[in-house]
Amino acid sequence: MHLNPRHEQKVIHFALFFCTLVTVVILFLIIVFILRKGLPVVNSKFLTANPVDMGRAGGIFSTIIGTLALTLLAILVATPLGVGTAIFLTEYTFENKITRIIRFGAECLAGIPSIIFGLFGFILFVNKLKFGWSILSGALTLAFMILPTIIRTSEEAIKSVPAAYRQVSFSLGSTKWQMVTRVVLPAALPGIVTGIILSMGRSIGETAAVIFTAGSALRIPTSLFSSSRTMAVHFYILAREGISMSNAYGTAAVLIIAILMVNIITYYLMEKFIRKYS
Amino acid sequence: MNRLERNEKLIRLALLVVAFSAVSILAVITVFIFSEGSPIMLKYGFKNFLGGLDWYPSEKSFGLLPMITGSMMVTLGALIIGVPFGLGCAVYLTEFSSKKLRRVVKPIIELLAGIPSVVYGFIGVIILVPLIRNTLGGPGLSVLAASIILGIMILPTIISISIDSLLAVPSSYREGSLALGATRWQTVKMVLLTAARSGIIASIILGMGRAIGETMAVIMIAGNAISIPGSILDPVRTLTSNIALEMGYASGEHRQALFATGVILFIIIMILNTAANITSGRRRRRT
Repeated sequence: MHLNPRHEQKVIHFALFFCTLVTVVILFLIIVFILRKGLPVVNSKFLTANPVDMGRAGGIFSTIIGTLALTLLAILVATPLGVGTAIFLTEYTFENKITRIIRFGAECLAGIPSIIFGLFGFILFVNKLKFGWSILSGALTLAFMILPTIIRTSEEAIKSVPAAYRQVSFSLGSTKWQMVTRVVLPAALPGIVTGIILSMGRSIGETAAVIFTAGSALRIPTSLFSSSRTMAVHFYILAREGISMSNAYGTAAVLIIAILMVNIITYYLMEKFIRKYS
Repeated sequence: MNRLERNEKLIRLALLVVAFSAVSILAVITVFIFSEGSPIMLKYGFKNFLGGLDWYPSEKSFGLLPMITGSMMVTLGALIIGVPFGLGCAVYLTEFSSKKLRRVVKPIIELLAGIPSVVYGFIGVIILVPLIRNTLGGPGLSVLAASIILGIMILPTIISISIDSLLAVPSSYREGSLALGATRWQTVKMVLLTAARSGIIASIILGMGRAIGETMAVIMIAGNAISIPGSILDPVRTLTSNIALEMGYASGEHRQALFATGVILFIIIMILNTAANITSGRRRRRT
């Protein structure tokens, strides 16, 4: 059958629209499914009680604490490194061999699967440096994993600060570092924060890299060296070992809500940032 | 040299050191994975690792061929599902839809990337696996189930990079083609897909990397049987699941063999990364 171009155009238009529709519908189905099954389980007791009997009963409080501790520590480690790299790439150098190597390194790091990060963190932090399964091992592994995201988003944010800002700062006699810290960074801050929140989302949902480095202890962590279970790991263990389906759904609902919030905040900040400079 | 100038020099040096953090981390990861994984490969021979069909770590038999085949099969399946849908979405959002719709749909698709892989795996187990078992037969936990879920998971990668590269095509190309009387679709087919080719290829390579590297979702839905699957309804084990399933209790040579699995995975990923870098680099130079 041979279609004339006008009909072909119509058919294709519909087919492409269908692709987009299916993608969006899949996303909604996933979110609605998890929330409908999980939200009835989630109440203040579920959020504030510790898991009892391996998670068969009780809530998920200790895993929320574990997730927060790991995520915040990872951000704390990765942000100075990532923003520093971005400042160097945008303000302190020209495109040359060195920047190409740095960019290639960051791109490769971004492509490395989380299970490889898990293996690496296990052998270096847990075994060789003797941190054991701990918040510290898990957070350092996560920090390495989110570093490329922070570099890329910070670089874009810094690049989008208009050149005029820099010229004015220089003309007032500031040094480069004064210009960076007092003019460029404050202007680029919303963009940088966007990247940080985006990587928080990635840390919250990460399982493979965390399970072999932070372990899966259900107690509330007391120090950097205590093992801790994150929500994602808890959800995985509950679902995979069939410990409690209703608690698995509840944990998944909390995870999804956290991810949704992260994405909405990111989107909001990004819109504001783009509007400011365009 | 005054104090300010000296400070500036020091700051620049400090930033240079920081800027090498990503490269150094990459180097350290490479060194650790290889130093843990390669001795055992040398001891038992690369050929036995890459070509062996049997994985019985307790009997010192470390054949990874079933897992290598498994990873290849689910990745290929993910591409067969993810690429047409992803490209379709990207073309629709850049060339057919209104700008307003794109601004609404793009963040939604990015949200798809934020959903944790354990949630995808769980959805697969609860909805997709029973569906396949009841309609097509077999155990349900299968190459097909893993391919479908991975196909969905790589959509955001393919869509957002393809959108960027389609938007980077100068609008004079579109106008020229439309002025010659081509329909929108003919313009896409004959002009835009060619002009944006390298970016689209890079998006597919990166999606491939994501599919090969995915672990938790695959463990939950692929069935993890150690044999080369005869059909897409058979269960399969990938390189990543092999590591994650046994890492918890492995020790000695068994653990080293899991690191060797990591070495093979790492090499595949680095080849893909380099390929993506080269294709997108070519695009950057050309435009």
